[in-house]
Amino acid sequence: MQMANVNRLTPYMFLAPAVVILVIALLYPIGYMIYASFLDWNPSQRIGEAEFVGLRNYINLLGDESFRESLSVTLKFAGIVVFLEMLVGVGLALLLDRNIRGMSALRTLFILPMMIAPIVVGLMWRYMYHPTVGIFNRTLKSLGFEPVPWLSDGSWAFTSVIIADVWQWTPFIFILSLAALQSLPQSALEASRIDGATGWQQIWHIKLPLMMPVLIVTCLLRLIDAFKVLEVVLVLTNGGPGLSTEILSLRISRTASEFRELGEAAAMSNYLLIVLLLLTLAMFFYNKVSEMRTARLRAAAEGDD
Amino acid sequence: MDRFIGFGIGNNLWKHAWEGGLPNIRFDKIEKSFGNVRVLPPVDLQLNDGEFTVLVGPSGCGKSTTLRILAGLETLSGGEIYFDEKPISHLEPKERDLAMVFQDYALYPHMNIAKNMSFALRLARVPKSEIDEKVKRVATMLNIDHLLQRKPAELSGGQRQRVAMGRALVRDASTFLFDEPLSNLDAKLRAKMRTELAEMRNTLDKNMVYVTHDQIEAMTLGDRIVVMSEGVIQQQGTPEELFKSPANKFVAGFIGSPTMNFLDGELMTESGQLTVKGDGFSLPLTDEQSTRLASYTDKSVSVGIRPSSFSSDVSQGAPISLRIIVSEYLGAQSVLVTRCGAADVLVEYESSSPVKAGEINEFAIRTDEIMLFDHTSGKRL
Repeated sequence: MQMANVNRLTPYMFLAPAVVILVIALLYPIGYMIYASFLDWNPSQRIGEAEFVGLRNYINLLGDESFRESLSVTLKFAGIVVFLEMLVGVGLALLLDRNIRGMSALRTLFILPMMIAPIVVGLMWRYMYHPTVGIFNRTLKSLGFEPVPWLSDGSWAFTSVIIADVWQWTPFIFILSLAALQSLPQSALEASRIDGATGWQQIWHIKLPLMMPVLIVTCLLRLIDAFKVLEVVLVLTNGGPGLSTEILSLRISRTASEFRELGEAAAMSNYLLIVLLLLTLAMFFYNKVSEMRTARLRAAAEGDD
Repeated sequence: MDRFIGFGIGNNLWKHAWEGGLPNIRFDKIEKSFGNVRVLPPVDLQLNDGEFTVLVGPSGCGKSTTLRILAGLETLSGGEIYFDEKPISHLEPKERDLAMVFQDYALYPHMNIAKNMSFALRLARVPKSEIDEKVKRVATMLNIDHLLQRKPAELSGGQRQRVAMGRALVRDASTFLFDEPLSNLDAKLRAKMRTELAEMRNTLDKNMVYVTHDQIEAMTLGDRIVVMSEGVIQQQGTPEELFKSPANKFVAGFIGSPTMNFLDGELMTESGQLTVKGDGFSLPLTDEQSTRLASYTDKSVSVGIRPSSFSSDVSQGAPISLRIIVSEYLGAQSVLVTRCGAADVLVEYESSSPVKAGEINEFAIRTDEIMLFDHTSGKRL
């Protein structure tokens, strides 16, 4: 009896350290943030001195032009970069899914940008975008074109930030798509060749549909990440010019440090958290549904013969 | 032209690349290497028009590679394949007018059964009404017409097998390739599908090339069997030819079940008669064998005795005493594992007169049925 109890508790004992760390490092800050979002809190005050204002921060934010602008910049940014990255990443994977000499070296090379720290990526691109000494404008000039205001013009700055992000994160989609491609059932592809499918028809009718589960999860992961992007934009444009590249996480950090509105920053973080939570839930839901589907299919198949 | 009349899919929608019937397929010194590893030394092979040819051999003997080369899934390292007189090795699989059934069925997991079966026709832009009709007919013929809306994952192994077959049949190609199509099924289902395949072979006038490692499948299905080992064609012929006059020890050991027994022996003349002697046996040869083998006197040979060549009636042939090790009861027949000298010998035996393990029993060997093989080369003598 005693022994059985101990046995039953063993798994929880092993889990306990992780739970403790999660509570301290995750639940406590989140709870703190949620509580703070209901306060009118200046950094010079202690949290106990701050005035409780209920949902005022949330309501204020909804009416705040700059917040809405920032949210729309974030949505636009995430949408565009993830779309481009999926397009280029999957395309590259389809191109490089073959055995040619030196392909493994090439693959490693393609993955490199993902391994560089985002801050470094930002600095690197800032030098390349430099109006006079940057490589882009120097090249344009030497070819006889007008230099481009990469970071100093609103719409160009947005494009520049997108280019840098696509450069860094396409490899992520590339390696996941490549892994998906290489685990496709070879015989189905061979069967399609015998059935008369051309290379394009194979991609369209066989490869892409079979890769779809991986692509959907990859896309959601990238979206979640793109909503949280900070470093590259911070280093490249710091949100400028104007509010043209002020993504949400940048706005949050400025609200907290420049405008000294901790409560409002917390509320903003919670809005972002809700968006991310929805995406994550979508991913969970998708996994759950596809799991249930396979289980149902298997059950159906076992009934026969 | 209505070759498919039995199944009513006669209209010649598929423009045959080889007008005027089925092509004769000829392999001319085809070779295949993967890097430095040569899997297929130059192979010559002629597949006759309308024949069911079975390529059989142990795993890694090059039979699947040969089939995949024919399908166009592997490129040749040398040689050429001819359909009638046209070289085809440069053609894409789809231009060779063939259909293939894969070992793991290779169904498209994301398409339902109807879509799986019609994929080739849809790519070829066959009108929809015609596609529906063809799919329906083949599905009815294979008893899978109630499954058309299901996905492959919702089918059992046997049903998937039928769908794979149906996908090939819908194509109405001139040549059908089968790559171990039954090996993923359980024994009972395999026997059933084998019978159905044999039936289909009689109804369809097509070139069929079938790869298997199972000699029973080969014997029951093939018009002609090609036995391969280590990339080399050991022998080809009808099932009967292979069983009755194997060219070498490999073929003799591969064809037939239970497998042939091989004993080491020596040919010598004993009281005026050519006799093969070895550890625990002495078998006088028949006159026909003696005249044929006279030149091998005093040489080592390998004696091949089929388990069916033994008789419990000692007056039926040369006597031999064997110690019973195990008796495997199969019903009317038993297979006895016995020992002759140091070698294990399988004996087919009527179950009605039971024997005990450990006993030494007298048997007779019908000496006209024994085969002798060269000790080193394995060639039939």
